[in-house]
Amino acid sequence: MSATTEPAPTVARPPAGPAPGAGAPGPRPTTRRRPRAGKVALSVLGLALSLVWVFPVYWMVLSAVTPNARLRATPPSFLPMDFTLANFSGVIADSGFLGALRMSLMITGITIVLVLAFAFLAALAISRWRFRGRASFVLAVLFIQMLPAEGLFIAQYKMLSSFGETAPVLGLNSVLGISILYTAMLVPFTIWMLRGFVAGVPAELEEAGMVDGLSRTKAFLRITFPLLAPGLVASGVYAFLQAWNEFTTALVILPSESSQSLPVWLRSFLSASANRGIDWAEVMAASTLIAVPVIVFFLFVQGRMTSGLVAGAVKG
Amino acid sequence: MASTTSTTSTSGIAIRRRRRPATPYLLLLPAVAVLLVGLGYPVYWQVVTSLQEYGMLQQFGAPPTFAGLDNYARILADDRLVPVVARSIAFCLVNAFLTVGIGLGLATLMRAVHGWVRIVMQVVLLLAWATPLVAAVTVFRWLFDYRTGVVNWLLVQLGFSQADGFAWLAQPATFFLVATFVVVWMSVPFVAMSIYAGLTQVSDEVLEAARLDGANGTQILVRILLPLVRPVLAIVLLLQIIWDLRVFAQIRLLQDGGAPVSETNLLGNFIYELGVGSQDFSGAAAVSIFVLLLTVALSAPYVRSLMKEDAA
Repeated sequence: MSATTEPAPTVARPPAGPAPGAGAPGPRPTTRRRPRAGKVALSVLGLALSLVWVFPVYWMVLSAVTPNARLRATPPSFLPMDFTLANFSGVIADSGFLGALRMSLMITGITIVLVLAFAFLAALAISRWRFRGRASFVLAVLFIQMLPAEGLFIAQYKMLSSFGETAPVLGLNSVLGISILYTAMLVPFTIWMLRGFVAGVPAELEEAGMVDGLSRTKAFLRITFPLLAPGLVASGVYAFLQAWNEFTTALVILPSESSQSLPVWLRSFLSASANRGIDWAEVMAASTLIAVPVIVFFLFVQGRMTSGLVAGAVKG
Repeated sequence: MASTTSTTSTSGIAIRRRRRPATPYLLLLPAVAVLLVGLGYPVYWQVVTSLQEYGMLQQFGAPPTFAGLDNYARILADDRLVPVVARSIAFCLVNAFLTVGIGLGLATLMRAVHGWVRIVMQVVLLLAWATPLVAAVTVFRWLFDYRTGVVNWLLVQLGFSQADGFAWLAQPATFFLVATFVVVWMSVPFVAMSIYAGLTQVSDEVLEAARLDGANGTQILVRILLPLVRPVLAIVLLLQIIWDLRVFAQIRLLQDGGAPVSETNLLGNFIYELGVGSQDFSGAAAVSIFVLLLTVALSAPYVRSLMKEDAA
């Protein structure tokens, strides 16, 4: 859906923490013999590059807590000055913000529930059963997850606008309509992600429960399901990130101002601000409000996303 | 339960017995249904529409007429198409190679620095990676704002006085420079982390053996580590090429900053303009199909490597 999406995790692993290898670098004999001066110089270079890379995020947050008048002054201040939260209250007071927040929460909530339910059942099917058509289904899922929204949005727009003629609840600007599109976009990748988790719980565990007298359903609910919880949480967070951030489809499918999701709202907030000489302090406060939940949730899942992709590549 | 071997409904795990072939299909049903509605039908509609005359009359309810490949011919003859395709491919390749190059550089740098510096670098990369697209583009518009943006101010301090009030987004060349900054800034973290993770998976025995044979740090990097992470590099580059072909949102959001739209459109934006802008649905459908086919063709090697995973 967006540029940061869909690295394919192919192997279920325990989360690797915020960064793979950060905690336990292991023996690193390569660098042992390198002259100290070289290592120090490289470390300084690493810190300098970190500074460059973090600057946009720092600048966003710093501008968000600085009065707009101060932002317009030269020279710009690189440290917090005249700390204020007024920009945030300005954003929340904007007529569109709370509506867009409600819209985003509803779309994201419905999408997460549908994606998890549908993908979980499908993941169960492909990892616990060998059946005719399984390979073609997996192949189709892998190709579908690569399809770009940009190649589909016109057709989706026409489809929802014709749905809307008979059932407005599914039409353009409807929560349900766009949630179904998001579900379709996210289900393939989520099936792939959950497949690894389901395959990681051996069927023998369930069988053992059944030998001890549980019914098949109970064995599944009491034994397998709890073991899958981490996978479901990770997939749920992934779906949250995608649905919360999605811009392209939302721009096309939610044209009405009253039904904008947060990313689309941020764009019109900036455009509206541009008419009276952009209030960058408020715009940055709005960006920060949208970015913070994402950054927090992102830290949960990223370890799995990277390590999965690389594990597949190294093995293949 | 175990009294008869021919129990039907309560028999054990189906993976062993293959007793109930209907179950997996039932489990797949909701996923398949939502995919058919959300993606399948739109693709079908697109194929049909691209073969139809879908002009103003059809907007008002006249039945569409079959037009064969006319729409494709018309779009191919469109003066706007060739520059858009050329720009998209150039932008995509430049950004993908730049991203992978910088990512590789950062990954090898992370191997060489002190432990705490590596953690700082990883946290910083995560922050950039996690920033939502719309927020990231908005921040870059603020950084490159022509009046009060910090980039222009810094450039003036460094002695480039012509940077004062310079409108980056108003000309195609500098517009794409800023777009490249945004895209590379957002994409490098994934690449750097993946390559770094690949580098850490090289076994210590291999490195030990090389050192015993007298290899120095640079030789180990060039002769051993890089060849071993080549599969990772290939996959990451491929994904980056696919993702950089679809930069609609970044371009659209930067165009709001006063860019000449027709000179900065990439493929996705061209489709948007044709379809949503001028209501030329058949033309938009034809270009969309081109984009979809291109994506499927580019994805094939990646999907093949994932299928290997599935079989394993």
